[in-house]
Amino acid sequence: MNWRRALVLIGPFAWMAVLFLVPFIIVAFISLAQPRIGIPPYEPLMDRDGALNITLENFTLLFEDDLYIQAYWQSLATAGLCALVCLLIGYPMALAIARSRTAIRPVLLMLVILPFWTSFLIRVYAWMGILKEEGLLNSVLMGLGLIAHPLVILNTNVAVYIGIIYSYLPFMILPLYATLERLDPALLEAATDLGAKPWKAFLTVTLPLSWPGILAGWMLVFIPVTGEYVIPDLLGGSDTNMLGKALWDVFAINRDWPTAAALAVVLLVALAVPVGLLHRLQHKIEDAA
Amino acid sequence: MTQKQRLPTVLFSLLTFGYAFLYLPIAVLVAWSFNASRLVTVWGGFSTKWYVQLVHDDRFLAAAGLSLKIAVVSACLSLVLGTLAALALVRYGNFPGRKLFNILIAAPMVMPEIIMGLALLLMFVALEQAIGWPEGRGFTTIVLSHATVSTAYVTVVVRSRLTQLDMSIEEAALDLGARPAKVFWMITLPMLAPALAAGWLLAFTLSLDDVVVTQFVSGPGSTTLPITVFSSIRLGVSPEINALGTIIIGVVASGIILAGWLLRDRK
Repeated sequence: MNWRRALVLIGPFAWMAVLFLVPFIIVAFISLAQPRIGIPPYEPLMDRDGALNITLENFTLLFEDDLYIQAYWQSLATAGLCALVCLLIGYPMALAIARSRTAIRPVLLMLVILPFWTSFLIRVYAWMGILKEEGLLNSVLMGLGLIAHPLVILNTNVAVYIGIIYSYLPFMILPLYATLERLDPALLEAATDLGAKPWKAFLTVTLPLSWPGILAGWMLVFIPVTGEYVIPDLLGGSDTNMLGKALWDVFAINRDWPTAAALAVVLLVALAVPVGLLHRLQHKIEDAA
Repeated sequence: MTQKQRLPTVLFSLLTFGYAFLYLPIAVLVAWSFNASRLVTVWGGFSTKWYVQLVHDDRFLAAAGLSLKIAVVSACLSLVLGTLAALALVRYGNFPGRKLFNILIAAPMVMPEIIMGLALLLMFVALEQAIGWPEGRGFTTIVLSHATVSTAYVTVVVRSRLTQLDMSIEEAALDLGARPAKVFWMITLPMLAPALAAGWLLAFTLSLDDVVVTQFVSGPGSTTLPITVFSSIRLGVSPEINALGTIIIGVVASGIILAGWLLRDRK
């Protein structure tokens, strides 16, 4: 490697090492520290005489407290459910875009990306106005005579699901589209020529071949949703108990940084498998392309 | 599938339904922002009074100014970092540490923001204790954090353009005796320009929109626009936010359309 290459590499490498790798090592260390009241709110990991001052209590606390165990399962279940619904809504959309005329595909794709970049916060907020008791949805439903009393949706888990599915749908559609667009149309034509009905051709040809896109989309929704904080906070209610919000509360309200760090470590370990899988998958897709 | 074949009706209606789902809340928000009535279910006539109220609200103005400054600086930083990273990943073959490098660059895209925020904050606190810098949390820590997250996105955009780039033009210039540095500035960069512009805009938008990471690494006196909006909508729906949302949607939509136009295939 010559010096010019080294020069190009060292900038981003050093940056990501200091601002990405090192922070995670620090999180791991602080998750082992004793909490205290003060600034910063944790004891040093090493005493003055060099003895280690570490504890596993932050972790045992998490596994003993039902609240955290419940938050863990609720986060995973919410992420799984929302990823599934995103797949069910997103797949036909991606397929329809991939099968549209080449000229209008960029426009259709742009329409998917556009809301994804227009302030996430504002879009979640728009749902508050739609879902609240005296909101748009209830007044429409009551106006149509479908319900007699307003439905309570805002500040329940249903509102959280709607908000998450809405916000993460583009993350599902884009990788699905990327794989569906590359499918060789000749394969489908061959299936149809050999007498397969459109549904059968879809189930036996299109669906199996789009597997990488389904997996990638699933991960892109599932992983961030597990740690989602803004949506449960704004749309959720008292029965909403998710890890992201639990972490923020422990950090900001209890000011218990070691426990917050331990929560982050648990969440990371739980996500390590899907993240690794996604990474390998991306490589496979890149290599195939 | 032949190009002239029309979409099956089922697919077409599902696509329409999907777009309706994506755009209905945005349309409703824009409509509300011009509603004279405070109530979301009553149309009190067309009015721009919420916009007038908004531009006279110092809280939002100061926060917007700070957010814009942070977004510009962090987008420039991540543009440089992401472009260098993309060059290394596309052009340098299998250099030692490539795997780790690739993971480091891409990971912030899939990392839950809440973990990113906590990790960055703990690092800044530890760093301050060790060397006395950065002093407290504020502009600097927010810029550094946003640049770290956005670099991943810039890398993806620049990288995909780099792989499509025709290397023979650069090789021709080198064969004709141009120095590598000159080839880079005169040929590689101009050919990458659309991707660089798009990458910068993405980084800018991401920074302008970030709540979670910012909440960890901001300090007193460094309240960004999303943080102000977040704390205000936690208290409920307010017409001023509808007006602000409409402005943001307008600005971001034009930015994205511009980026798409820059990145389109010139044939």
